[in-house]
Amino acid sequence: MGDLTRIFVAAALVNNFVLAYFVGLCPFFGVSKEVPTALRMGGAVTFVMVLTAAAVSFLNAYVLPVAPYLRLISYIVVIASLVQIVEMVVRKVSPALFRALGIFLPLITTNCAILYLALFQYARGYDFLEGMAFSFGAGAGFTLALVLMASIRQRSETASVPAIAREMGLAMIIAASLSLAFMGFAGLFSSVA
Amino acid sequence: MSEKSGGDIFLRGVWEENPVLIQILGLCPTLAVTNTVENAVAMALATAFVLVGSSGLVSLVRRIIPDQVRISAYILIIATFVTVVDLLMAAVAPSASKALGPFVPLIVVNCMILGRAEAFASKNPFFPSILDAAGTSSGFAVALLMMGGVRELLGSGSLLGLHVLPGSWEPWVIMILPPGGFLTLGVILMGLSWWWRRGQKADETARPRRWPHGVREPEERAA
Amino acid sequence: MSGGGPAGTGGGAEAGTGGGAGREGGGGMPVQPSSSRLVGTLGLLSVVAGVAIVLVHAWAQPRIEAHQREELRLAIEEVLGEPQRYETRWIRDGRLLDSLPAGADSSAASPVYAGFDANGRLVGYAIPGQKAGYQDVVRLIFGYDPDAGKVLGMKVLESKETPGLGAKITSDSAFIHGFDGVEAPIEGVKHPARDAHQVDMITGATISSTTVISIINDRLEAVGPVLSKAGTRTATAAGSPGADAPRTAAAAGPGPRAAGPGQGGGER
Repeated sequence: MGDLTRIFVAAALVNNFVLAYFVGLCPFFGVSKEVPTALRMGGAVTFVMVLTAAAVSFLNAYVLPVAPYLRLISYIVVIASLVQIVEMVVRKVSPALFRALGIFLPLITTNCAILYLALFQYARGYDFLEGMAFSFGAGAGFTLALVLMASIRQRSETASVPAIAREMGLAMIIAASLSLAFMGFAGLFSSVA
Repeated sequence: MSEKSGGDIFLRGVWEENPVLIQILGLCPTLAVTNTVENAVAMALATAFVLVGSSGLVSLVRRIIPDQVRISAYILIIATFVTVVDLLMAAVAPSASKALGPFVPLIVVNCMILGRAEAFASKNPFFPSILDAAGTSSGFAVALLMMGGVRELLGSGSLLGLHVLPGSWEPWVIMILPPGGFLTLGVILMGLSWWWRRGQKADETARPRRWPHGVREPEERAA
Repeated sequence: MSGGGPAGTGGGAEAGTGGGAGREGGGGMPVQPSSSRLVGTLGLLSVVAGVAIVLVHAWAQPRIEAHQREELRLAIEEVLGEPQRYETRWIRDGRLLDSLPAGADSSAASPVYAGFDANGRLVGYAIPGQKAGYQDVVRLIFGYDPDAGKVLGMKVLESKETPGLGAKITSDSAFIHGFDGVEAPIEGVKHPARDAHQVDMITGATISSTTVISIINDRLEAVGPVLSKAGTRTATAAGSPGADAPRTAAAAGPGPRAAGPGQGGGER
């Protein structure tokens, strides 16, 4: 159990997907203007990540040993299908949420974070439970980074910012500071014997 | 838009609609693999292969693919090219393949590739599509090289592995770490923004800035 | 055609949703193509894609495996002091095996590489290991002589530790060679080693250094007794035709990057 906790916390904090691994950057910069939106996007991404991890662990165990070169294509197909399914389910279950998420849901398909999750899960050889811990952690970390970014950017809306830094320039600098801060989590699980 | 010449199509991808610096696409590889110039070059080449190949193929089959499944078809084509380039790289350039790691397969979700296929290659003949893809690839390469050059130079004191700065220079290790990536891109973007606004101050008929998707128009432009 | 399988099904499912529901995809087309046309197009595309991938894979895979074998061979040579050749052995359920029985689950067994000198005598075993370090997983291989109970050498294969600090575990030769001849259990210290159990850690990289040490300690704790029990076995001389100098058809040791399907190893 300690292992699973370690995988979860490592994915969320120590090796944060956005701030350390550089994946999921398009939504990170595109959706992080307001906190509530950021939360919803983070939730949607986490949901898709967990489902993906489950599907991928199944694929890794039973399908891919037969045709390993189809890994990439099968992951893509799975992710695209899952997003489609999530979209249909959300639309039926909660139309309000569907409207709130808008175009973000389909965008999750090209979100490199999901595919990276699948590839990483395979590279580390995680089994089903480890994959679950990993995907929850990754989603939680992604949401955390997104919400932090959104809160800061929301505040900076009313601050006076030099014209050249408006929008992307400032966003990058904020991201740099967040990334620097998260580096402090390194060594959280040091292997001191 | 009037008929553009081939050169125009090509250059548009490099400067006016630079995928990274103007459209803010493909951020993931731009930040992740630019800690050395060598990695930046490898990624630029791999992406170019996929972009040109997939744009070309999409253009060739554009009349055959039904509209409803075009996105799936494009993704399938792109994923195939990416799988091919991943295998080729691992076979002929194993150290580059290892250095780039999972970011080669991640080329498949690089928004600029699907974007070009959807926006241009699906509606244009073969050769213009190739030119468009080549231009976008070159624009991507320019951005990657800028990032890689700055980060490797300041972070390791070298360029392409050759030590350029004197040994007494204490490298700014942060530059090759994640914060340095964000910082470098931020400075480059600010520099570009300054350049554009300078132009606008002097010349009111300057080319309109292309704002990337999801970014709101600023309330006021530089006075 | 396995290439068409998953992609075709996925494409077909999406075609069904798009074409059948007919909401977003319709565009301005008055007549929508039939479902069979949608499925057929994607299916054909999948088949072509599958064929292309299979062809490239067939060309590339031997080269990829050759690179992996070469990398492994170089690493083994470095940590075992340049043996003449090596053979792959497997440790499973506390026993040392020459090869895995066909169809056995290779994930339950861990490989070690036995190195032999020109006289066919066992030089030692090259043992891989990995563990989470400061930033990410550290993967290394080290040489071990079970008779003398000494570590012969250590090489870090993969690490993402902090450049300039923890990353020195790959480059600091004083640290790396500090492992030549140490005895388990290894103790990391912050001064020059005073006995055969101590290794002087890298300044400013205590955690990364400790990771390396604990990987070796853990592995030796797990497999050391098994290897000592096996005794000094001489090479299986007439055994396998492939057991030649590693430069020619080397033993099919599984590469560090487990890209291929999980085949049971053992020499060819």
